[in-house]
Amino acid sequence: MDIPYTIELRRDTGLYNAKLGVWLFLASEVMLFGALFSSYILLRVGADPGTWPHGLLNIPMGTFNTAVLITSSVSVVLSWAALKMNDFAKFKKYQAVTLLCALGFLCIKSIEYRDKFTHYEVWLTNGDRLTGHIEGSPWFWKTATLKAKNLERITFHPDPWHYADEDRSRPGQASKDKAGGHPAHVEIETAKIKRLSAFVPAHGTYFAIYFTLTALHALHVLGGALVIGYLWGPGSKLWQTQPERFTNRVEVSGLFWHFVDLVWIFLFPVLYLL
Amino acid sequence: MGDSHSHDLSRQVKIYLCVFIALLVGTLVTVGMYYVHFASMTVTITIALFIATVKGFLVAGFFMHLISERKAIYAILAATVVFFASMMYLTVYARSATPRGTVFYGDPKATNTEKAKLSR
Repeated sequence: MDIPYTIELRRDTGLYNAKLGVWLFLASEVMLFGALFSSYILLRVGADPGTWPHGLLNIPMGTFNTAVLITSSVSVVLSWAALKMNDFAKFKKYQAVTLLCALGFLCIKSIEYRDKFTHYEVWLTNGDRLTGHIEGSPWFWKTATLKAKNLERITFHPDPWHYADEDRSRPGQASKDKAGGHPAHVEIETAKIKRLSAFVPAHGTYFAIYFTLTALHALHVLGGALVIGYLWGPGSKLWQTQPERFTNRVEVSGLFWHFVDLVWIFLFPVLYLL
Repeated sequence: MGDSHSHDLSRQVKIYLCVFIALLVGTLVTVGMYYVHFASMTVTITIALFIATVKGFLVAGFFMHLISERKAIYAILAATVVFFASMMYLTVYARSATPRGTVFYGDPKATNTEKAKLSR
């Protein structure tokens, strides 16, 4: 038995079934990301002054990633247009660009994640807070790691400024003391460390919501890329037998991909710039 | 995506490329704005979200062909907008109508004991 309405349009909706299905799915996705955005808003407006990190994400890298995703979005729609014009070779080229962009996006995002996993904040017992890197750039260290490794001191390379500090001319230190130069590194006794955390979800609400939103988005990129990859590779055989059905499949996967782009268009300014 | 005749497709491709350039320019303007310090954070947030919304409309309108879609899709989206707006309203409502005794981090009226309790 053939699946109905894969090519021909239904009388009641004026659409083929997959297209109606993907739009319903996208509606549920809007609610999923909407719920997380509203959580972000609640966390953001409820944050105490000085507790919401600013400027810790790599803006040039985020901007480049936005451009990569926009490029993939245009290549998806161009590949669909190529099929509509019966140009299968062009479809292959454009979708190859999409796949490269998807891969590029995920690679850049993983580099950004790695940077966060090796970037630390130290809360000292005297109330000072420092952000920066530990010598050797270890991953995922926390207060318990210092005890487990029996360390007496750590070599710390502080950032030029601390995110809680409005005066960004001082080193990465949030304290009442206005003095200070730009030391290349400082030795910190572990006995004086109240808390140590990398910029991981457990660091605070900002990174918890940042990783939730961006990881969920990255999973969508991965899922979309797998579908597009299938249609570009083994799934493209359908073009030989049922070109219209194949074009519809490409269209539906493209709609999902544009949605993923759309989500990033809002995520980028909210997380990186505001 | 709409049912386009093939002779219209070349014109559509040009539109896609124009939208692509507009999206890149929009991204650069948003980032450029970050380095310009406006008088208040509200102005910065408004401008950034306005640019993001315009970019969103470009993607949805042209790449997803929402400017010329079937009524069934508009109906689905209208329902989504209603539910999305309701959810956002509930978010705002939650800030102003919380049970007695609820304390937020940013509340200047919170006592030190309450703040310490929240920090745990």
